[in-house]
Amino acid sequence: MKDNHSRFEICRRELLAGAAYFALGVSRSSATVIFDHLPWTPNAGDPPTAATPGPWLFFAGDEGKTVEALADRIIPPDPETPGGKESGSAVFIDRQLAGPYGRQDGLYVRPPFLKGAKNQGHQSEKGPAQEYREGLAALDKACKDQLGGKAFFELSDADKDRVLNGLESGDFKLDGVDGRAFFEQVVKDVQMGFFADPIYGGNRDMVAWKMIGYPGARYNYLDWVSRHNEKFPLPPVSMTGRAEWTTRTQR
Amino acid sequence: MRRRFRGSLAVTALLLTTASSFAGDTDPQAFTQIERGRYLTILSDCASCHTVPDSSQPFAGGRPIETPFGNIVAPNITPDPETGVGSWSDEQFDAAVRKGIGRNGSRLYPAMPYNAYTKMSRDDVLAIRAYLNTVPPVGNAVIANTLPFPFNIRTAMRVWDALYFKEGDYRPDPKQSVEWNRGAYLVDGPGHCGACHTPKTFLGGDKTDQYLQGSYLQGWSAPDITNNSRLGLGGWSKEDLVSYLKSGHNRVTAATGPMGEVVTLSTAHMTDPDLNAIATYLKSLPGKTEQASPLSANEPTMAAGAAIYRDQCSACHGLDGKGVAELFPSIADSSMARSDDPTTSIRIILRGARSVGTSAQPTAPGMPSYGRQLDDNEVAAVLTYMRNSWGGAAGAVAADQVSKVRLDTALRPD
Amino acid sequence: MARRLPKKDVVIVGFGWTGSIMANELTDEGLEVIAIERGPWRDAPTDFPPTYMQDELRYRIRHELFLRPDQLTFTFRNKMDQTALPIRSWGAFMPPNGVGGGGVHWNAEMWRFLPSDFVVKTHLTERYGASFLPEDMTIQDWGITYDELEPFYDRFEYLCGTSGTAGNLRGQIMEGGNPFEGPRSRPYPTPAQAQPFSHTLFGKAARELGYKPFPQPSGNLSQAYTNPLGLKMGPCTYCGFCEWFGCSNYSKASPQTTILPYLVRKPNFTARDNSEVIKINVDKSGKRATGVTFVDTSGEVWEQPADLVILSAYTMFNVQLLLHSQIGRPYDPVANTGTVGRNYTHQTVSTVNGFFDPKKFNFNPFIASGSIGMCIDEFNGDNFDHGSHGFVGGGYMGQVQTGARPIESALVPPDTPKWGAAWKTAVKENYLSTVKPGTGVHGSFYAYRDIYLDLDPTYKDRFGRPLMRITMDLKENEIKQNKFLTDKFAEIIKAMGADKLAVQYRTGPYDITTYQTTHLNGGAVMGSDPTTSVINRYLQSWDVPNLFVLGASAFPQNPGYNPTLTVGALAFWAAAAIRNKYLKSPGRLVDA
Repeated sequence: MKDNHSRFEICRRELLAGAAYFALGVSRSSATVIFDHLPWTPNAGDPPTAATPGPWLFFAGDEGKTVEALADRIIPPDPETPGGKESGSAVFIDRQLAGPYGRQDGLYVRPPFLKGAKNQGHQSEKGPAQEYREGLAALDKACKDQLGGKAFFELSDADKDRVLNGLESGDFKLDGVDGRAFFEQVVKDVQMGFFADPIYGGNRDMVAWKMIGYPGARYNYLDWVSRHNEKFPLPPVSMTGRAEWTTRTQR
Repeated sequence: MRRRFRGSLAVTALLLTTASSFAGDTDPQAFTQIERGRYLTILSDCASCHTVPDSSQPFAGGRPIETPFGNIVAPNITPDPETGVGSWSDEQFDAAVRKGIGRNGSRLYPAMPYNAYTKMSRDDVLAIRAYLNTVPPVGNAVIANTLPFPFNIRTAMRVWDALYFKEGDYRPDPKQSVEWNRGAYLVDGPGHCGACHTPKTFLGGDKTDQYLQGSYLQGWSAPDITNNSRLGLGGWSKEDLVSYLKSGHNRVTAATGPMGEVVTLSTAHMTDPDLNAIATYLKSLPGKTEQASPLSANEPTMAAGAAIYRDQCSACHGLDGKGVAELFPSIADSSMARSDDPTTSIRIILRGARSVGTSAQPTAPGMPSYGRQLDDNEVAAVLTYMRNSWGGAAGAVAADQVSKVRLDTALRPD
Repeated sequence: MARRLPKKDVVIVGFGWTGSIMANELTDEGLEVIAIERGPWRDAPTDFPPTYMQDELRYRIRHELFLRPDQLTFTFRNKMDQTALPIRSWGAFMPPNGVGGGGVHWNAEMWRFLPSDFVVKTHLTERYGASFLPEDMTIQDWGITYDELEPFYDRFEYLCGTSGTAGNLRGQIMEGGNPFEGPRSRPYPTPAQAQPFSHTLFGKAARELGYKPFPQPSGNLSQAYTNPLGLKMGPCTYCGFCEWFGCSNYSKASPQTTILPYLVRKPNFTARDNSEVIKINVDKSGKRATGVTFVDTSGEVWEQPADLVILSAYTMFNVQLLLHSQIGRPYDPVANTGTVGRNYTHQTVSTVNGFFDPKKFNFNPFIASGSIGMCIDEFNGDNFDHGSHGFVGGGYMGQVQTGARPIESALVPPDTPKWGAAWKTAVKENYLSTVKPGTGVHGSFYAYRDIYLDLDPTYKDRFGRPLMRITMDLKENEIKQNKFLTDKFAEIIKAMGADKLAVQYRTGPYDITTYQTTHLNGGAVMGSDPTTSVINRYLQSWDVPNLFVLGASAFPQNPGYNPTLTVGALAFWAAAAIRNKYLKSPGRLVDA
């Protein structure tokens, strides 16, 4: 089922996803024999593909709204910095779950799946995508059951926070899902989207990096390493650049 | 296992001891002539065209040489009697190399730089022949002429020769030093530097009034190699130039692309006196004199370029543009970056480049490809900034120049 | 059926630091050498360029440069009576993959071990008596001394251009260096890196507390350098993307920057990438290796015959290949027999984060290199009297903050909520004024009878072979050691002026999900007794003399330093033994 985002909403995401990158990366996955000189191919490299603009790729039904609501309570907006929803953390999670991360690509997924100690690591056959699907469904069901038939995203901010505090403490239980573990995962992912490079869909306009004073994907601080206790003067830069890269902007 | 040809040149001694088994009509005792021929073959960089890169069959031909008129495939010059030059007479060989006349009397195309090789003596050419007779004969029939009509008509070359070909050995200039004359001979004769570095007319002949002032070929712009201080070698010492030719690297820049190949196959193997002679000669050429004034740092393009340079380039090329000697080229001191034709700079930014590795400078550092990171405006801005900073000055690069290079190089190998 | 390739003099299994060093040394000897690497060829301009390498999500969080567990992983349990479960996603350590191995994505700390570390059993027994050591501790001497290894430490340091301040130059203690280090024959090739603000504060606080702080020796260079092979390196630009990342500007020592461009030019050298060695082949006698069998990415199986086999993969894969090839006797902790898999160790690390007044302190914590930092060595090895403490071992400690990539470094003080408006405000306020040492306390991990590697009875790899099983826990000795060291460390962070501390001791049980360095060691240890070691002092297999096993799998136990400098020095040492001894008379270099 496709979600019914307004056209306006989609446009916003197109902007947010930035310039389209071409997936021309040369991946060297076949065996080669190297001798005489260092290998070289022009246009080499495998830059990341920018999060695609447009509707949800993974979330279905109200899942996207729920994650946006979660994102906005985990990182609430304030007058200076947008919250988790506006800065794109839900988009980040959607794109991650729709991609290799959500599918557990590259992980060891051979059976048997036995329950072990926590320090033996995650042992679920389900990948993050399936766990989100089940966790979000269980959260909505628990909210509807216990909070007057309302889904999580329909609750007041105060009620949302009560639910989240309950999940965190273990008092608010989800049916068939470890609510505390699910909430921990969501907090981690929302904050990850907030601090990751904007190319992945979150941290729109590098708002999180501006908020904390992180200068981004830079490669040279030689002029500042010995300038102790002085603020680094340049704004953040992402893998897609910064406003000052375009000739339209005069400083 | 196929080894690049570099190895073959290094094992001359081995070739010499086994020469008799391949020797054809060469006297196996003709050590001096063969040695001289081997070195002249290096000076003439025959392998660049006549050996397919990464091939284990030196001089067997088959490499397509791109010209503005189409591709010409370099012939087999091994001593194979049927497909090589084994059954050619010395006269025929000399006529081909120095007069551009093929075995059957037809005209060669000037992709074969006979207009430069004509400066060599008959003895030089026969020494080359003597050396070539010692390499393993390879049966490899090459169809050289793959040009489209009308360029496939060889008789047309008579006209070309009349316009652009001046036959004759190098004549020393008595007013100049012995070293200068040796340099002039090497540059204009076997080295055939002008083939890439002198601009061409629409018919492919040299624009002699712009001798060695930079040209364009095969998707690369070859820089001005006169002593012009803004665009050429004026800022380089003789030692800088010798180091560049010998190792592919110096305090300012690094060789890549076709010049990297020239260094690998030819100049890295030249003697120090010859490299010094080349340097002496090139440093004596005044080049053109027109000046340029830098763009203002306040220009929007310059401001954007400064931001991109700081974020994307300075980690290697330095905040001061100076790079690291013999590792990362100095943009501040690079006349190449300020060439009138920015093709090579654009190409290197878009596609990246591997600098040449030599025994003197084995690092062979690479420049990453920025073609997906930066759009055409951004490449133009950062290049404009580099051309007009640290005391340099050159015209702004436009985004459509970048688009053109992007399109033109899209399907090229390096 | 495997397709047979032409025989080579030497086949090298795994093309990281040790494989590169050995390949370069043996090609110098004129031997035909082929190196086979499981992962892809990698190089800065093509594989980790500055255009997109500074990506915390991709490289740190999603482990881009590391082996995919799907290709090969291990199972893990704490104790012998537990069922081991597979490591489905990496956590406690990050197995490397690809040309350059761990040398691509390391922090480039360049530590020498202490002279006493190589004779630790003898030294501790003499000083404290045999009963001072825990009964199940199986530490042993290395069979080599610091003095024997010193010339090879020196070679590796000069290969890498190491930046540092000498502390002991030919026996003379030097101001500003580590006074506890063993005597070095030469100063470091380049001066120490510049230190950012918080690192200098640590140095000042440590000095005021009576310690002798010194800059961490670094393979990220303070200035441009040309190494003995003629290879050029650039100066580090303090971008703060070292560990987990490849270096884009030729300033971090790696096989790529210090060996490979020189090595590939040699006509007697070849490398094969994307090809996984699955077995070391031995002849019928079982005492002679005949080469290796490998699989390329297309699934084609090849046999590479060779006269000499160099096993130079990561610790875990060295041990696993020995087990799968049935070379040497597998270790049995119950019967206390066998050697392959014995004395497996990790590193005991912990840290203390310090939260400072944002109005007074701006550390610009993102300005860093992987091995930057001010350290003290008063509590390493046996540099202090352990008599009253009830444990052995120790470690260095320091403010070695290697960057402040925000997903992992946007920290909040201990009493702050983990989410919501209060969290957001705290993150905003604290980011620039938090001290977050990477591995602030870097302690030793000694060996025990029931910490070991063997083959798992249940889980299989993609070829149907058993996964290797890790049985690993933290013992009381290491927990005590860590408590002692972490408290000392916290005192210094406090003295720097921190308002609040987040003290994170290392406690049991050993947790496979928490990163604790990739310094896994042992399992194929060196020594002078074939009943307690897999290889002799020249890293030569006791059982198969034309097989040498390089890397930290040779460490009988793990001292309180990063392992790579010793790993590289041992590779040079083994190469010298092959060149000067083995090639003249192939056979056992040490009588069993």
